Amino acid sequence: MTDYTRHAKYFLLQDFYQGMKLGIKYMFKPKATINYPHEKGPLSPRFRGEHALRRYANGEERCIACKLCEAVCPAQAITIDAEPRDDGSRRTTRYDIDMTKCIYCGFCQEACPVDAIVEGPNFEFSTETREELYYDKTKLLENGDRWEAEIARNLEMDAPYR
Amino acid sequence: MADFFFNTTLGAILLIIGQIFLIVIPLLLALAFLMYADRKIWASVQLRRGPNVVGIYGLLQSFADFGKYIVKEIVVPAGADRPVFFMAPMVSLVMALVAWAVIPFNDGWVLSDINVAILFVFAVSSLEVYGVIMGGWASNSKYPFLGSLRSAAQMISYEVSIGLIIIGVIISTGSMNFSGIVAAQDSNYGLLSWYWLPHFPMLILFFISALAETNRPPFDLPEAESELVAGYQVEYSSTPFLLFMIGELVAVVLMCALISLMFFGGWLSPIPGLPDGIFWMVAKMGLVFFFFSLIKAITPRYRYDQLMRLGWKVFLPFSLFWVVFVAFAAKFEWFWGIYARYTVGG
Repeated sequence: MTDYTRHAKYFLLQDFYQGMKLGIKYMFKPKATINYPHEKGPLSPRFRGEHALRRYANGEERCIACKLCEAVCPAQAITIDAEPRDDGSRRTTRYDIDMTKCIYCGFCQEACPVDAIVEGPNFEFSTETREELYYDKTKLLENGDRWEAEIARNLEMDAPYR
Repeated sequence: MADFFFNTTLGAILLIIGQIFLIVIPLLLALAFLMYADRKIWASVQLRRGPNVVGIYGLLQSFADFGKYIVKEIVVPAGADRPVFFMAPMVSLVMALVAWAVIPFNDGWVLSDINVAILFVFAVSSLEVYGVIMGGWASNSKYPFLGSLRSAAQMISYEVSIGLIIIGVIISTGSMNFSGIVAAQDSNYGLLSWYWLPHFPMLILFFISALAETNRPPFDLPEAESELVAGYQVEYSSTPFLLFMIGELVAVVLMCALISLMFFGGWLSPIPGLPDGIFWMVAKMGLVFFFFSLIKAITPRYRYDQLMRLGWKVFLPFSLFWVVFVAFAAKFEWFWGIYARYTVGG
């Protein structure tokens, strides 16, 4: 009996009627995709995007050249040189991240004792050449200045879970 | 002036050329928006947005694509047969366009009112397969060749049942002229007198065969991306590719026109009392095209053996049986003679 029903369904194109009904129903549903460049999806405060070097409120850079991030980096993307500054504090003279090596694991921001290196919410930093992805200290500090508001907010939102 | 157009050879030729432009230009313009509609419908069934950047709601997307195809580089593969390679897309497009010569859009609005119009359409659309085969062969590459062979086998298989289906319609009309077929569907009952009712199973069969004939999903095996990349179109780029694409879409719209003429009464109004006219024809073609697009969105691709089984073991016997049935029904006037509404002979 079931065999006959199956054949009847086959010849009456039952699957297609159901498919068409479903298709027409879905046609009038709200779209699942967003209008990307004009409209963006929500990001978690823990989102690990482009790197940035932060500063204190008085403009002093946070990084103290402890090189923990360089040590922990599994892809060995970070290179740091450091020497004492004129006022005697220890600062970096060179802080490079090779963004083509980076795997965005976030270990550097976990390792940092002063929250200097962080991965910000920016994920739209594609470039046309590889060279532009070899970030140096100036570029990273610039990122920090540009994204400071978002980064500070994300750190604050994530603080209760740490 | 009228004397020049109707009584001199040059005038007659100019008149025909003018009429050709009058058909082809609106057709190609409509095509641009149909392609947009196709993509939009496909997208909304899948909860996507579809093209929405070029022009208001992306309405000009097809023109942007057109410009893009034109300015791209034409790549000819090494070892390709150049003349055949370039002829293939032209054959595909020209054959698709030629069939429109006998399609009436309104009572008497037809370029060439020949009495074997329906045979002419199927003769010409059979020749379309040459474009595909030439393209696949001339590319001198494996995937295009496999794709074109598939396409040839598929189109020939489904042409058989399409042929039998139209025989049914011809038997109950007595005419091979589209105007005659539409005239036979004219009565006082509006849409109930059209052939979709007496020939209902054949309407479904014709629709599915039309999908296979024009290589539309779910029968788009010749260009199955997952296994053949893009079938016979793999090696084509730029304008030749554009010609293939337009040719394919013109064939789809032609099938829409055939379905509206043979089963939905062409330009006849569905409600008795409303005026007949070209807008009904356009509306019906649009509706059929909507179903073409919807089917594309909801169905997975058939396997090749399933396609062949459907064509030869289901459609062929069924349409053959229907021809015999219609012949008897027309001869002995079964069912109050709905199968025997001759316009010619009888």
